[in-house]
Amino acid sequence: MEVLQLLVSGLANGCVYGLIALGFVLIYKATEAVNFAQGDFMMLGAFVTLGLTNAHYMGLPFWVAAPMAIAIMAVLGYLLDFFVLRHLFGQSQTAVVILTIALGFVIRFIAGAIWGHEPQTLESPLALGDIRLGGVVLGMADVAVIVVTVLLTIFLYQFFQRTKLGLAMQAASQNQMAAYFMGVPVKRVQGMIWGLSGAVAAVAGILFASKGAIDPNAGLLGIKAFAAAVIGGFGSLPGALAGGLIVGVIEPFASRYLAAGYSQIAPYALLLFVLVFRPHGLFSQVRTKKV
Amino acid sequence: MRIHFKTSYEHDIRLFPDWWTFFVYATLIVVAVLLPWIMDDFYLGEVTNVLIWAIAGLGLMLLTGQTGQASLGHAAFLAVGCYSCVIFMEQGLPFLIAFPAAGILTGIVGTIIAIPAVRLHGIYLAIATIALSILTDDLIVLMEPITDGVSGKFAPMITIFGIEIERWTTPDRFYWLVLAITIICTLIYRNLLRSPLGRAFAAVRDSEVSATAMGVHIARTKAASFGISCGITGLAGALMGFYAGAFNNETFSIVISITLLMMIVIGGLGSIHGAFFGAVVVAYLPQFLSIAKDAIGGGGVAIPGLETGVFGAILILFILFEPMGIYGRWMKIRIWFELFPFARKDMFKRQKSYLKTERLR
Repeated sequence: MEVLQLLVSGLANGCVYGLIALGFVLIYKATEAVNFAQGDFMMLGAFVTLGLTNAHYMGLPFWVAAPMAIAIMAVLGYLLDFFVLRHLFGQSQTAVVILTIALGFVIRFIAGAIWGHEPQTLESPLALGDIRLGGVVLGMADVAVIVVTVLLTIFLYQFFQRTKLGLAMQAASQNQMAAYFMGVPVKRVQGMIWGLSGAVAAVAGILFASKGAIDPNAGLLGIKAFAAAVIGGFGSLPGALAGGLIVGVIEPFASRYLAAGYSQIAPYALLLFVLVFRPHGLFSQVRTKKV
Repeated sequence: MRIHFKTSYEHDIRLFPDWWTFFVYATLIVVAVLLPWIMDDFYLGEVTNVLIWAIAGLGLMLLTGQTGQASLGHAAFLAVGCYSCVIFMEQGLPFLIAFPAAGILTGIVGTIIAIPAVRLHGIYLAIATIALSILTDDLIVLMEPITDGVSGKFAPMITIFGIEIERWTTPDRFYWLVLAITIICTLIYRNLLRSPLGRAFAAVRDSEVSATAMGVHIARTKAASFGISCGITGLAGALMGFYAGAFNNETFSIVISITLLMMIVIGGLGSIHGAFFGAVVVAYLPQFLSIAKDAIGGGGVAIPGLETGVFGAILILFILFEPMGIYGRWMKIRIWFELFPFARKDMFKRQKSYLKTERLR
């Protein structure tokens, strides 16, 4: 029973990692860049929702505030691409990596300046109540996280495989110049993907805030989500979710069964292990090009 | 206007292109040596800090600027250098042996880590090194019998031929020591660039496919770059330990790794000057911010995250408007004056490039 309880709480945590990892993978799939600020996006999304919902700030009803926050984050993501990242068009990945790390610092500072550095809780209807299933206690928030994550992953997967826009995004990442010649508006497509990942980050933020308190440093969770994305293989949406679940499940088990000190390094040790033996993740997409 | 008319390969690889350049750098060194008589102890300590950061920056610059591999985990190697140097000295080795030994040990550790890491491409290498940086913190705690874990270690007194050197009691001697090591490291770096290995680094950075075609062994070159880079960083780490006086598992956090990478980008990737310019920004930004805060009246209030926030904003502006960093801007200004009135705006135009996927390699 204890194992089952650990497994369930691990799965719920893992889904949050998976959601942030989805944001990483979306941007990687479409622009071949890695957004190191994705965790901070998540934090910002949570704080925007909190600012709209909590009685202390705006006091809007949650079901109005949540879509608003998602829309705000989507617009923010698009504007970020429009004003900042578009100038880096065609430059090396390293430049984007460094830029987004710096962006993360700036977002963290701004969020701290607006909402303060004290941990706050979101007044969310998801946070209320537990479900008991034969001895296993499930928080409503945990159930919501798992359901939303699975639905979102299926939706995004279908979006990339089936729709014209999704295919255009994949084409734009594989070869910018060729995609441009085929009539794909590469720059606008990239802006859209940043908007989409902003929306996903907002969803992750709302769910994360429903599970517990948030503060401006919550964005550092992004590093764990990062491990999740890598373990799943960057560029694969189901892989990101699987990676998130693996990291999420490993954590409670490691802290239960391993000595203190060894438990918190378990996700990173796994990350290094995967990188050494399967350098491109479990769901690898790399094929060697023949010259 | 000075014209470099190169008639032989010798001219191309000379340490200084002409006597004027030699004169400028000689003057710089003389001023640097005389600095303890010009400045008071506080500012001398700050300059020492700049030099230590510059050495660490040189280490990372070799990897990122010269070989094109971004590392977000160099704080781990600062830690290895720092701990190994102090532990060697606690075992009774003199500083003159312990210090280079710490550098070599860090280099070896770096090379061992590089062997799996060099198989990884750009982004993946950055991720692996992030994981490394996070693991270091925990590993130091786990290796408590050697490293004293959370309680940390204290840097011992440095003694060279009977001369005692300590950061607080003899800041001028410590400054000269750091200056000497800085000059040695810079010379090593500069000479490395003139050697076949240095040219191979640049080839790997610019195009791995072309480098392979020219007979450069990619994995071996990257491993060598990683090793040498880590060695220099380890030396800087040892000096950082002596500068701080006391250190524990949290001293060399991932923030230091990221700061180091940001520093060389602000300074200017791929140039020795860049490491020094970046170090000046990193070392003086906290002081500058506290002075600015006093000026607008917010004196005593500590704003968490302000430093990193401002640093991030500066970096974003640099990447957008001056990707070559401070050194790039300096070069443009200098060339404008040297060529006056023939300088044209389009001279520095970047070549248009388009991204292709790395997933098909």
